[in-house]
Amino acid sequence: MAQRPLALRRGAAPAVLAGLAVAGLLALLNFGSLGAVAWRAETPGALGPADWAAVRFTLLQATLSALFSVGLAIPVARALARRSFVGRGWLITLLGAPFILPTIVAVLGLLAVFGRNGLFSAALALVGLEPVQIYGLHGVVIAHVFFNLPLATRLILQGWLAIPAERFRLAAALGMGPREVMGQLELPMLREVVPGAALVIFLVCLTSFAVALTLGGGPAATTVELAIYQAFRFDFDLSRAALLALVQFALCAGALVLAWMVAAPSALGGGLDRPVERWDTHARVLKLQDTALIALAALFLLTPLAMIVANGAPRLVALPAPVWEAAVRSLGVALGSTALCIGFALALALAAVRLEAAGRAGAAGLVEASGVAALAASPLVVGTGLFIIVFPVIDPARLALPVTALVNAAMALPFALRAVLPALRQSEAQFARLAESLGVRGVARLRLVTLPRLRRPLGFAAGLAAALSMGDLGVIMLFADQDAATLPMQLYRLMGAYRMADAAGAALLLLALSLGLFWAFDRGGRIGAAT
Amino acid sequence: MLQLEALRIEQGDFTLDADLEVAEGARVAVLGPSGSGKSTLLSTIAGFIEPARGRVLWAGRDLTHLPPAERPMSILFQDNNLFPHLTVARNVGLALRSDLRLSRADWTRVGDALARVGLEGLEARRPAALSGGQQGRVALARVLLRARPLLLLDEPFAALGPALKAGMLELVAEIADEAGATLLMVSHEPRDAEAICERTILVAEGRAEAPAPTRALLADPPPALRDYLG
Repeated sequence: MAQRPLALRRGAAPAVLAGLAVAGLLALLNFGSLGAVAWRAETPGALGPADWAAVRFTLLQATLSALFSVGLAIPVARALARRSFVGRGWLITLLGAPFILPTIVAVLGLLAVFGRNGLFSAALALVGLEPVQIYGLHGVVIAHVFFNLPLATRLILQGWLAIPAERFRLAAALGMGPREVMGQLELPMLREVVPGAALVIFLVCLTSFAVALTLGGGPAATTVELAIYQAFRFDFDLSRAALLALVQFALCAGALVLAWMVAAPSALGGGLDRPVERWDTHARVLKLQDTALIALAALFLLTPLAMIVANGAPRLVALPAPVWEAAVRSLGVALGSTALCIGFALALALAAVRLEAAGRAGAAGLVEASGVAALAASPLVVGTGLFIIVFPVIDPARLALPVTALVNAAMALPFALRAVLPALRQSEAQFARLAESLGVRGVARLRLVTLPRLRRPLGFAAGLAAALSMGDLGVIMLFADQDAATLPMQLYRLMGAYRMADAAGAALLLLALSLGLFWAFDRGGRIGAAT
Repeated sequence: MLQLEALRIEQGDFTLDADLEVAEGARVAVLGPSGSGKSTLLSTIAGFIEPARGRVLWAGRDLTHLPPAERPMSILFQDNNLFPHLTVARNVGLALRSDLRLSRADWTRVGDALARVGLEGLEARRPAALSGGQQGRVALARVLLRARPLLLLDEPFAALGPALKAGMLELVAEIADEAGATLLMVSHEPRDAEAICERTILVAEGRAEAPAPTRALLADPPPALRDYLG
C-alpha cells in the first residue's frame, strides 16, 4: 500500500462515512423490511390454492410479456438498424419515453385503443370481429409489451449497431445476401443479446403492480404483488401479505440471479444515432417490410398517447378540485423523492470513488451494490415491511407521502447511480489532482468542482427520479387513505368510478407533469453546463 | 533548498531512487527517456505519491507526509490545469482561497496577475474560449498569485507549438525570477532544458542523478542519456 496517494487517505473520511450511512439505510430499507416481513409471516409454507394461482399467473404473464416484447422487437430493431429516414433519431428518443411514462396513464391510453369501446375494437367490429378482451391476461400482456417493446428494441438495436461495419462490408464483398448475413452476423449477435433483454423484461414484469391492478384482478389474473395488496387492503391479513411478500422476493431474487448469469445489458447506453451501411438490404420488398414494421411499431406506441391527449384536453381545465389537490401532493412527493434520490446517489458515488482510489475495491463494490439492490426488491414488499414496522407505532396513513417519496427514491436510485457514477469517476480522473494541489476539498470541492462537473448526469438523474415518482402507483396504495391520494391514485379512483372523462383529463395532467418534470430537470442540467 | 533524502519510489515493478539536493532559486530541468519516472518523481515531490522510504525536505522541513496543498509548492500538470466550468478569474482566484470567497481586493489582485501574463480583460471567459497558449498563461497567473517558493512543471506546454512553447518558458523563467522561486521542470526536449535551466537532473535506469550543469551534460552525455538523445 506504499503507493497509495497521500491525498486520498486524508480528509476523505466524511464523504466515505456519508456514503456508508446511506448504504446502511438502503440495506435496511431493502432487506430490513424483508426481515420484518419474515418475522410477521407466522405460518411458513402455508400458501393456499389462490396464492399458487397468483404465482403461476405472475410467471405466465412475465414470460409471455418478455417473449412478445423481444419477439416483436427483433424485426423492428433490425429495420431501425439498417434504414435511415427523416425522424429516425426522434423515433429512437421516443423509444425511451415509456420508461418515464406513468403506468396508469399508459393503461388508460391502451384502454382507449384496445378497450371494448376503443379504436381497435371498433376497427375489428367493422370487419365483423369480436373486440379484444383487454381485462385479464391479454390486457396485462398488451400493456407490458407496450412498455417493454421499446426497451427491448433499444437493447437489441444496441446489439445490431455493435456489429462492426467492416463485417457488413466484408459480407458485401463476398456477395452475401440477407439470408447469409442473418446466419453469419446477425444470429450470433442475437444469441448474445436476446436472452439478457428477455430476462430484464421478465424481471420488470415480475414486479409490475399498477398494470395488474388496473387490467388484471380476479382469481384468473392476479399477480403476487396484487395479491399482497389485496391481502392488505381487503382482508387486512398481515401475515398472509407477509408470506406473499416473501414469495415475491424469492421470485425477484431468482430472476436477478439468472439475469446476472446472462449478463443483462444496459439500456441507458447512447450511440444509437447512426444506421449501419448495408449492401444486402436494397431489395424493394425488404424496404417495404421495414417501413411497415417501423410504422406499425410507431402506431402501437403513439396511438394510446394521442388518445390521452385527445380525450384529456377538453377536460383539463374543468378538472374537479380533488384532482388538483392530488397533483400538488404528487408534485411535493416527486420533488422530495428527487432530492432524496440525488442525495443518495451522490453520497454513494462519492464514497465508492473514494474507496476505489484508496484501493478498497471490495468495499466500493458493496457501496455501489447497496444502491442497485432496489432492482431486486419489489416496492410492494418494501412497503409491506415498512407498514409492519410502523403500524404498531403510528397510523401508517400519516406516513403515506414520506414513505412513498423514500421508496420511490430507492427505486430510481439504480438508474441515477448508473448516470452519476461514471461521470464522477471521469471527473475525479481529470481534476482530483488539480483540486488537491490547490487545496480545494470538503464542501468547497463539492460546490466548486464536483457538482458543476456532474451537472448533466445529475440533471438527467433528477429528471428520471422526478418522473418515476410522479407517476408511481405502488407503495402509496398500501399506505394512503382517502385524504392523502396522489395524482396516479386519484386517477385510479376516477377510473374505478367510471368517470372516464375526468380520468382522461387527469391522465393528461399526470402525463404533462411527469414529462415536464423530466424535461425541466434534464434541461436544467444541460443549460450552462460547460464541458 | 529541496532535499530528496534516500528517497525510494515503488510502483509495482517500477522503482526509482533519488538522493539529491536542489539549491534555492535554481532552475533545474528533469530530463530522461519516457517511462523513466520523471513525472513520478515530480508527483512524489508534490505529494501525490507516497514514497516507499526516504524523505522530501524543503528548507530543512520534512514534507514527506503533508498533503499536496500544504506543501510550499505549485505544480502544473501535462493537462487539466484549469477547471473548464470556472471562468478565467475564478480559476486564478483559487490561488488565494480554495473556497473562492474572495474580497474586492483579492479580485483586484487576480486582475493584476492576469495583466502580468498578458491576459487583461479576459477575466469572464471560460478556458474553452481561450487558445492553448492563453490557457497556459492563466495557469501561470495562478502560480504567480500562489507565490509558493517551489514551482514544479510536468510538461504543461507539451501540446503547444515550438515558438509558443519557447515564449511560455521565457515567461516561466521571468515569473520564477521575480518570485525568487526554485523551478523543477520535466522535459524530454534537451533544447527546452538548455533554454532556461542551468542545471539538469537526469532520470534513467531507476535513478535520479544529482543536478549537473545542463550544458556540460548535453555536450558530453553519459551512456543512458546518449542512447536517449540518439
